Amino acid sequence: MKTSTGARLGLRTIALGYLVLLIAVPIVLILVRTFGEGIGAFLESIRTPAAISALNLSLLIVAIVVPLNVLFGVATALALVRGRFRGRGVIQAVVDLPFAVSPIVVGVSLILLWGADGWFGGLERLGFKVIFGLPGMVIATLFVTLPFVVREVEPVLHEIGTEQEQAASTLGASTWQTFWRITLPAIRWGLTYGVVLTIARALGEFGAVIMVSSGFPGVSQTLTLLVHSRYIDDHNTYGAYAAATLLMGLAVVTLLGMTALDRKRRTT
Amino acid sequence: MITVVDARKNYGDFAALDNVTLDIPAGSLTALLGPSGSGKSTLLRSIAGLEQLDGGRIVIGGRDVTGVAPQKRGIGFVFQHYAAFKHMTVRDNVAFGLTIRKRPKAEIARKVDDLLEIVGLDGFQHRYPAQLSGGQRQRMALARALAVDPEVLLLDEPFGALDAKVRADLRQWLRRLHDEVHVTTVLVTHDQEEALDVADRIAVLNKGRIEQVGDPVTLYDRPANDFVMSFLGSVARLGGQLVRPHDIALDRSRERAEALDARVGGSPGVVEAVVERVVRLGFEVRIDLRTDSGVRFAAQVTRAEADALGLADGETVYARATTGPDAAELHPALAI
Amino acid sequence: MTTTTASVRRDDTSTTEVASLPPRPDPSRRRPQLGRPLGVGLVGLWLSVLVLLPLAALTVTSLGDGVGGFWDAVTAPVALASLRVTVLVAALVAVVNAVMGTLIAWVLVRDEFPGKRIVNALIDLPFALPTIVASIVLLSLYGPNSPIHVHLNATQPGLWVALAFVTLPFVVRSVQPVLIEADREVEEAAASLGASNWTTFRRVVLPTLAPALISGTGLAFARAIGEYGSVVLIGGNIPRKTQVASQYIQQQIEIDRPLNAAAVSVALLAIAFVTLFVLRVFAGRSQRREEDAQ
Repeated sequence: MKTSTGARLGLRTIALGYLVLLIAVPIVLILVRTFGEGIGAFLESIRTPAAISALNLSLLIVAIVVPLNVLFGVATALALVRGRFRGRGVIQAVVDLPFAVSPIVVGVSLILLWGADGWFGGLERLGFKVIFGLPGMVIATLFVTLPFVVREVEPVLHEIGTEQEQAASTLGASTWQTFWRITLPAIRWGLTYGVVLTIARALGEFGAVIMVSSGFPGVSQTLTLLVHSRYIDDHNTYGAYAAATLLMGLAVVTLLGMTALDRKRRTT
Repeated sequence: MITVVDARKNYGDFAALDNVTLDIPAGSLTALLGPSGSGKSTLLRSIAGLEQLDGGRIVIGGRDVTGVAPQKRGIGFVFQHYAAFKHMTVRDNVAFGLTIRKRPKAEIARKVDDLLEIVGLDGFQHRYPAQLSGGQRQRMALARALAVDPEVLLLDEPFGALDAKVRADLRQWLRRLHDEVHVTTVLVTHDQEEALDVADRIAVLNKGRIEQVGDPVTLYDRPANDFVMSFLGSVARLGGQLVRPHDIALDRSRERAEALDARVGGSPGVVEAVVERVVRLGFEVRIDLRTDSGVRFAAQVTRAEADALGLADGETVYARATTGPDAAELHPALAI
Repeated sequence: MTTTTASVRRDDTSTTEVASLPPRPDPSRRRPQLGRPLGVGLVGLWLSVLVLLPLAALTVTSLGDGVGGFWDAVTAPVALASLRVTVLVAALVAVVNAVMGTLIAWVLVRDEFPGKRIVNALIDLPFALPTIVASIVLLSLYGPNSPIHVHLNATQPGLWVALAFVTLPFVVRSVQPVLIEADREVEEAAASLGASNWTTFRRVVLPTLAPALISGTGLAFARAIGEYGSVVLIGGNIPRKTQVASQYIQQQIEIDRPLNAAAVSVALLAIAFVTLFVLRVFAGRSQRREEDAQ
């Protein structure tokens, strides 16, 4: 379709104008407001005990969630691609479920299952506190990040097929050796991409986590909860901006990583 | 020496292997030949342990390996699409089996270098499979399979994914390699030319059964049945019998043709046909013929014979089979 | 006679040869087949505990007072109003996304201008950015301290902006690859037949984009109805005006009305499932049509 220069410029202006107003200007503005008072103020704001504890908690949750997701994500993808069993369709649907569930609904469901009055409330009376404790935040994060590793690894497994694995077995490699030496290296970029997506979502999850966290500053606040409480409870707008900028920095790093990985994934 | 006894394998209602019994002598290069779906690949994969039989036994070198995992069968397997380990260099691919067996580093290095030289890939040690051509990848796969000193080498349509020229070269090369290494080799192929060219024994499979086993000459000259005959080389149907096109003689005189035909016992008799087209294919000449009843067939004669006959389109000739009584015995005339 | 046939071989060797075969190995040495079912079982258990059981608890709780109780909870005026606001705002945002997303994808594929790659990278930012950060970011421009004096705080337009922000990538990223792959000769053919640009777009380009466009729009809608983080600060949470369903659910949990929260949650889930189900059916149909055409 040959568009006239006028029409093309018009379309370009509308598209860019929309993006600028919706994304670029707000982000630039928050950076200006964060760093407008000097880098020192920013550093001070993200170095308060509550902020450091929030960063630590966020990283701790990531550190627990990522290995579990890798383990079960790869196992699920293997079962879905290589397995021939009844109920594959059900597993496929369940894996996609978290994409369709609102974070708040995730939180409510978890409260109703693991909370003191929930189905597994007995655990809490035994002294194992899930809701309003770290386990609850971990489970909520696991729920929302569940699909990433599975959905990134699955197509790669499809593509590599089983011939390399069979070749390894005819060369004497045990199932375990074949997995470590052949399957895992073959899916490594897909897996890494899934992990990066998991990290990004785990760091950024808000709705599901706020429902199951007690939200005490310095104790059970993640970075996203910190942003929220600084803005709402403390009326510390600058502190909220600073924490948001920190999170945004992490997001941009993730985004760059994703772009680099995506290129790598396509070429190898 | 590989022995397969009463091997059975079903995929649902489909019998991929229907009571197959087969001996593969030690040191031979045996081709499993058949159309797709004949069960040849299933048989090979069952020998390798990549498929589990529903019934029957497989014995390799005097050891019953029927329930043994592929890892412990002492085999080398080469796949049609190479199954190259993409994330490893050529060197690491070939060394894989030895690394798994935890051989000393020096031994591995020596052996890998030797093998790469044999398959003509020295200098390619540090390349990745993606940087090799199809033929090179397949030679790497062969070296990889040979590295573990397998008792038997199993090749599943190894040249199927390559273009014609490379395929012919690799065939010759495999033949020479086998003459050097002498490992019992089984090759699956659907290409009769490849089987005749490379193998010293051929087993023809069809619909999960073995039709005939023998050396290439026997199979070509004395096929056990019509299927084997038509699968190994081209055939013409002459008076209800299958005859090789180069075993058909043409005469302009009916009397002469009948007199000569009388000397060949059990022949299909003399058939009158009209020349449709004369095609000169270098040394050979193919003559496309049609009988009164509309049956088309082709005769293959030498250039000298064709020149002597001096045939032109639309002329009438008399065709007869020139093969001896053996062929007649093997082909009881089939009335159409 | 040197010829051997299979039938002959089978008859005369199978009896003699089998006798000389080595003993059959102990069947217990066969390859263990246990690993796979065990792995599948473990995966099933993991998914059940993590995903299915919580949702089962949710559904059971929502029906704690029977179907009547569920109905009353969902149709309570404030609850119903929150659902209505959610669906209407999400639908509006989905439509805006369909138009603007296609336009942006078009500009990114067919136009050339300096900095295009940066703009292209910018599209993914809303996916990478935590939703609460999106909220803060938008508030800085459209909130109480707005430098341009646009105050969308606690208004429905505030919800629109927040949801448009977080759902931006869906349509762009589903339409973009289709546009790249699109056969431009078809457009040229239409033009050579005398079609104007607008006609060509409407009659030739749009039908090709339709499956991707509808899927992207549907995903954006599904995401928008469940969104919480991006609207929590800018939305204002005013019942019957700007309170969305997820905020209502959160509020009901805070005032300890789990049944109300669960019932509206189930309603919200149902809307999302129906959307995704319709999309899947639609995708299946258009894929079949494509296959038929080949």
